[in-house]
Amino acid sequence: MTEANLDVRSARKDQLVPGATGDWEIIVGLEVHAQVASNAKLFSGASTAFGAEPNANVSLVDAAMPGMLPVINRRCVEQAVRTGLGLNAKINTWSRFDRKNYFYPDLPQGYQISQYKDPIVGEGEIPVETDDGETITVRIERIHLEQDAGKSIHDLSPTETFVDLNRAGVALMEIVSRPDIRSGKEASAYLTKLRAIVRALGTCDGNMDEGSMRADVNVSVRKPGTPFGTRCEIKNVNSMRFVAQAVDYEARRQIAVLEDGGVIKQETRLFNATTGETRALRSKEDAPDYRYFPDPDLLPLELDPKWIEEIRATLPELPDAKRTRFMGAYGLSAYDAGVSAGDLETAVFFETVAQGRDAKLAANWLTQELFGALNKRELALADSPVSAAQLGGLIDLIASGDINGKIAKDVFARMLDSGEDAAVIVEREGLRQVTDTGAIEKAIDDLIAANPDKVAEAKEKPKMFGWWVGQTMKATGGKANPAVVNDLLKQKLGVA
Amino acid sequence: MSDLTKLSLTDALDGLASKQFSSREITDAFLAAIDRANPHLNAYVAVTHEKARAMADASDARRAQGRAGRLDGAPLGIKDLFCTEGVRSAACSAILGEFTPTYESTVTANLWAEGAVMLGKLNMDEFAMGSSNETSCFGNVINPWRSAGGNAQLTPGGSSGGSAAATSADLCLAATATDTGGSIRQPAAFTGTVGIKPTYGRCSRWGIVAFASSLDQAGPIGKTVTDAALMLSVMAGHDPKDSTSLPVQTPDFVAAVGRSVKGLKIGVPKEYRVDGMPAEIDALWEKGIAQLKDAGCEIVPISLPHTKYALPTYYIIAPAEASSNLARYDGMRYGARKVGKDLTETYEATRASGFGKEVQRRILIGTYVLSAGYYDAYYLRAQKVRARIAEDFTKAFTQCDAILTPTAPSSAFALGEKAGDPVQMYLNDIFTVTTNLAGLPGISVPAGLDANGLPLGLQVIGRALDEETVFAVAGALEKAAGFSAKAQAWW
Repeated sequence: MTEANLDVRSARKDQLVPGATGDWEIIVGLEVHAQVASNAKLFSGASTAFGAEPNANVSLVDAAMPGMLPVINRRCVEQAVRTGLGLNAKINTWSRFDRKNYFYPDLPQGYQISQYKDPIVGEGEIPVETDDGETITVRIERIHLEQDAGKSIHDLSPTETFVDLNRAGVALMEIVSRPDIRSGKEASAYLTKLRAIVRALGTCDGNMDEGSMRADVNVSVRKPGTPFGTRCEIKNVNSMRFVAQAVDYEARRQIAVLEDGGVIKQETRLFNATTGETRALRSKEDAPDYRYFPDPDLLPLELDPKWIEEIRATLPELPDAKRTRFMGAYGLSAYDAGVSAGDLETAVFFETVAQGRDAKLAANWLTQELFGALNKRELALADSPVSAAQLGGLIDLIASGDINGKIAKDVFARMLDSGEDAAVIVEREGLRQVTDTGAIEKAIDDLIAANPDKVAEAKEKPKMFGWWVGQTMKATGGKANPAVVNDLLKQKLGVA
Repeated sequence: MSDLTKLSLTDALDGLASKQFSSREITDAFLAAIDRANPHLNAYVAVTHEKARAMADASDARRAQGRAGRLDGAPLGIKDLFCTEGVRSAACSAILGEFTPTYESTVTANLWAEGAVMLGKLNMDEFAMGSSNETSCFGNVINPWRSAGGNAQLTPGGSSGGSAAATSADLCLAATATDTGGSIRQPAAFTGTVGIKPTYGRCSRWGIVAFASSLDQAGPIGKTVTDAALMLSVMAGHDPKDSTSLPVQTPDFVAAVGRSVKGLKIGVPKEYRVDGMPAEIDALWEKGIAQLKDAGCEIVPISLPHTKYALPTYYIIAPAEASSNLARYDGMRYGARKVGKDLTETYEATRASGFGKEVQRRILIGTYVLSAGYYDAYYLRAQKVRARIAEDFTKAFTQCDAILTPTAPSSAFALGEKAGDPVQMYLNDIFTVTTNLAGLPGISVPAGLDANGLPLGLQVIGRALDEETVFAVAGALEKAAGFSAKAQAWW
């Protein structure tokens, strides 16, 4: 891979970072560690369940007892292939596992089994929709399978470190991008898209809180049009927001160093989520010599092309295809389709709501009202107090004319608090819309009698019509059907 | 009763089957012999009296019910490299301390499944690294054989010195052993016993402490070719827990021993006539060639041109793999730990005190050859040469069915004689490492005595998975040599 092949994108003008010496361009590449969704570890039968008692999910192989040997878990291989296919990537029918040698108490073997020279998945690419409405292409360099390490716990004792090997040997996919990303926001959008794809594929649960997905972020800066600068790697960033923050902070730090006449040293850095800053962990010179070599306990991994095709045939609909379908089948705007299809859970929720209903209305209620409310309450869609069926029920009441839009919002607010069905609330609170023209006519007649001056004004100033609508709605407790109110007012006030 | 220990495995099984004696009787006979001899020979590092008697009694009960397995009641010795459930398995290294596995290696489990009885764990070079048994943390084994008229203590060879010495001195009917560069065959040659390293992948490595994964293979040491064939028949077999275990059926090796060798082509590689090899080894080789010719074999001169690179190649690949395989002995989860002031010091103190000098030497060599900047020049090149060595054999086997060579360049040497010179020590493996590098089966058969009355062995090498031809040729050599000498008991 030559520099020219790597350097294929230029940042937009508004993505450049102004400095004392002119504009700077940010260059970012991500190495995302995604835990393979699998019940058992990569080379042992031990469980991968999250939240078990420390050292409960540890086999003899995971603890590296003498004479223990790794045996590849077919399911993990299948998941890596599935992921590669989902990222439009080349599947390598011949790959190999290497040992990465280093000492640490949470690495029982004294080496991590990984894929160094010959990864299972080669080059691919994914389109990424950014917040700016642009779609960029981020190229994937490779995906390889490797073992996770255990966890060292330093804060249980002032003098001792405890080790939990539950994670030791769990299968990870390291998904390595090309340096095609040009801002913190783009980095975050890329990670969001990647997460949506692996979740749709079912190859990683994407749970960043539990560490199922985390990113090493490579950042460098340069003057536009010049060669890439020296990069720093920020380790283990574990949220979309932090990725964007880490990139922006690190870019500003590097620019400051360079503009001060300094040089960037290639190093590994840590991101502090509390301060939003990065700090140096170790320089390239201090990086251990991992002494990679092919693991003699394992045979090369040879895949039957027929098996790869079988996996391809079972790929689910991915977010991009889903988005296109949502635009076509449901008539959604590109934006609404993108939001609704962007995440497997959202898409399932949306389709449940939209089934047999006005899809645009469903999309609006989902993306505006429900997401707005969930954001305010800091809840995930999975924890929504209003289920898809309940939101559908609310929309049904609007469609049938039982409630109007304004009342619907009130009902929705109560649903969020109580978790009750819309129909229950409407019935109990007597919020059913008044379509009885007699009652509305009576209210209007009363208003006309009380406000003769306003009748004349309404004829002269069309704006006054709004006042009449408002007063009529008020008089009917907001329950009047707005269309009926409009018609009757026009008729009685004699306005067109 | 004591003459029960002199029986071959095959004869002992006949005696057990015909109820001439019980497993308990022969087991007690072996335990008594071990208790008497071991203070002198140091072949066993643990004797499992109670377990042996319990296994023997259970075997006798099975026989009484007519449910005997192929090795039922036969007392065996187990090399300390094999993990045995509930019995200390230390690979004769201080770093493993009193490590007692909760699991049983596949190979030993196969033996127990056929009714064999475990007498104890056999001494060996630390982590199987050595050719003289002098690197064991339990002290060296002493060869039961002595030079005629001499009192010098000789090495039983290594690394499976305990397995060879115990079999030779009638302290077990047969023993398990392992071979990474000659560790079964050289000790067999030094003790007048039969040892076979099967095709790589024939025996499962699961539960055997790893030295060099791509070279390690388990095999037996026995008193006769037939005994070795029977042992291997039981030890071998596909094991899904070892990814390098071959998914093949195990043939009836015992039946192969008596098979005619008439018409077989026997290759004699010219590169195995090395400078400085004693004339009597050359003569022994010629005698073996003549014997096979008499048995109807055709002798074919062959060339294995990359032979001279085998030893240096081996001493790059084996230490490289060992340096990584032995990283797990870090004092964190099991075995010995020596606490330092911080993590790094704890690692250093643990490994410096836990590993012996030879193991440390090989870890250092292995770490060096895998280092950035040296990998291509050493490890990668060694792998390329290894492929050439394997090609040599592939080509040779288009011309012949088996290859005959000496097993080792000398008879048993004195303890301490080569301990100060690792290169001299490594030269012991010169005829045996090639088959490990190529993954081929090789057997050592006792073929005669040297001028000092010490046993010498000949090696038969076969095609991958063709142990049957190897056993047939070995059987013919055994028959022709009529080797029946035993070490005179001085212990």
